[in-house]
Amino acid sequence: MLTNFMAWMDKRLPLTDAWNKHLAQYPAPKNFNFWYFFGSLAMLVLVNQIITGVWLTMSYEPSGDGAFASVEYIMRDVDYGWLLRYMHSTGASAFFVVVYLHMMRGLMYGSYQKPRELLWIFGMLIFLVLMAEAFMGYLLPWGNMSYWGAQVIISLFGAIPIIGDDLTLWIRGDYVISGATLNRFFALHVIAMPLVLVILVFLHILALHEVGSNNPEGIEVKKKKGSIKPEDQSKFTFHKQYTEKYDIVDAIPFHPYYSVKDIMGVAGFLIIFCWVMFFAPDGGGYFIEAPNFEPANNLKTPEHIVPVWYFGPFFTFVRIIPDKLFGAITMFSAIIVLFLVPWFDRGVVKSVKYRSKLHLFNLIQFSISFIVLGVLGTMPASPLANNIGIVAAFGYFGFFVALWFYSKNEKCKPVPERISH
Amino acid sequence: MKNLIKAIAFGLVTLVSMSALASSGGANLDHANNDLTDKESLKKGFKTYINYCLGCHQLQYQRYNRTFTDLGIEEADGLENYMYTGEKSGDHITNTMPQKEAAKWFGTAPPDLTLEARLRSPDWIYTYLRSFYMDSERPFGVNNKVFKDVGMPHVLQDLQGVSSIDEHGNVTPAMGGSLTIEEYDVLVRDLTNFLEYVGEPSKLEREGMGVNVLIFLFIFFILSYFLKKEYWKDVH
Repeated sequence: MLTNFMAWMDKRLPLTDAWNKHLAQYPAPKNFNFWYFFGSLAMLVLVNQIITGVWLTMSYEPSGDGAFASVEYIMRDVDYGWLLRYMHSTGASAFFVVVYLHMMRGLMYGSYQKPRELLWIFGMLIFLVLMAEAFMGYLLPWGNMSYWGAQVIISLFGAIPIIGDDLTLWIRGDYVISGATLNRFFALHVIAMPLVLVILVFLHILALHEVGSNNPEGIEVKKKKGSIKPEDQSKFTFHKQYTEKYDIVDAIPFHPYYSVKDIMGVAGFLIIFCWVMFFAPDGGGYFIEAPNFEPANNLKTPEHIVPVWYFGPFFTFVRIIPDKLFGAITMFSAIIVLFLVPWFDRGVVKSVKYRSKLHLFNLIQFSISFIVLGVLGTMPASPLANNIGIVAAFGYFGFFVALWFYSKNEKCKPVPERISH
Repeated sequence: MKNLIKAIAFGLVTLVSMSALASSGGANLDHANNDLTDKESLKKGFKTYINYCLGCHQLQYQRYNRTFTDLGIEEADGLENYMYTGEKSGDHITNTMPQKEAAKWFGTAPPDLTLEARLRSPDWIYTYLRSFYMDSERPFGVNNKVFKDVGMPHVLQDLQGVSSIDEHGNVTPAMGGSLTIEEYDVLVRDLTNFLEYVGEPSKLEREGMGVNVLIFLFIFFILSYFLKKEYWKDVH
């Protein structure tokens, strides 16, 4: 019965073929470590955001008069509305946690290097869209921090010469942030951005499966056809798309090996996620900021306007530079340099494991700089914080500059032909 | 590799400790030590709120009947003893104070307090209501140590009595009220407790569900670990 149905389907849609190509016969390196959980976890969180988002939309009212009250309606009157809302708000922060770790993984193991440049760029586009998505979503509860946070960020566009003022007017749809802004952000948050996100995730995975997964050793598992003796090749069956062009070594099919491993990762992630969601859903004031418990008020500025934690690093770039335009340029540059990592790195050795001590040090100082920038972005501004921020900003940009210089003639350890363990 | 993990862990520790520093700012607040599971305390707080606060401060997102259910108040009891102005039990807890006029009377319209405990914290409410002192410069003759130049009169003054401020800037113990200092603290604690409840009526349900979910997830994690181990037997 089922076999007949599948045969009928396969004649009309390459269902079994796609299943094999991308899951059951996809050659994944056998040595993925802890850092390789975050890709599948990002997908899990994306699904969580979409599903809880759809249900929230059923009770949310996108208007200046009704938005704040409708969120409280969801929290009090809708059955398990509080659960949906907390899943969504905690999910937003969790999304950035897993995405930042996923990106760090890429930097550590050189997963952006040739031939994975486009894969990295799709990933960066996902990150960019995710930031826009989160920024617009944060306005929707129409709390006072939503309002003033959006005010600060949108005003950055006003720093652009000549068109700045008109541009902010065009973004807001009004002279101040108003119900008109809320409505368009709602439309973009629930339709446009998620659609783009899903398409980009699709392309990201398609590009990944075209070039193949990197791994902690940075050693390719797809070898030149005919270069490996049959008894040394992986004993598993892989899709002909991979085996026709390459000899596969040290790889295992994604399904069931990594699907069961990722289930374990999901369980571990959910323990932390649910612990936060059920026992500290406002994340100590970092996931839901306290001023957001009063409605948007254009006459009452919160004591400290700070963005949600995940924008912290980028917000610090704006804050440490007195000139608004230069600050905004620096902030956007911080994202652009990430896009260009595949070209800043002129080395051929991928994994930090086989690269120089200098590269290890550079990665460490980069992660510390990034975290420090993030912490400063959530703290009230002060001269001391400013000075620390400037040092951290040099650390951040210095990573890319240094990488470009030392990677050309870097002294690396010899990379083995095969993944050993 | 290990160094990198260590460095990142170190960074995260710094992050947590620095942000703890950042959030500890503000006046020194007393601990409310209120207990959301204490229904008697919540009922007393609700009663105090109706009698002393509701005239000016609405709880416009919270309904009477939800409050009755959560606090264990019978509907008939609720209608008789907690609702005075003839609303229906499904109505929100509101008053009829005109906002524009109120802004003229007090300098600013009395805010809605549904989410006050989440906006400022229960400890803040508990300390604020015990920090009024005499100040003849102010329109209502009182000022507040926690919320300087607040527009609100000391509504509970008959109960607490009057305090003044000494040369060190500390509020002296209140005198001349109908309640002792201890009784007044209990009254304010009950009121604080009620406001924390109203801030998030599903909090106890949330935490109760959280325990069950985590127990399930721990078992699920252990099972998934063994499932993974079983499947990976033939990978070398």
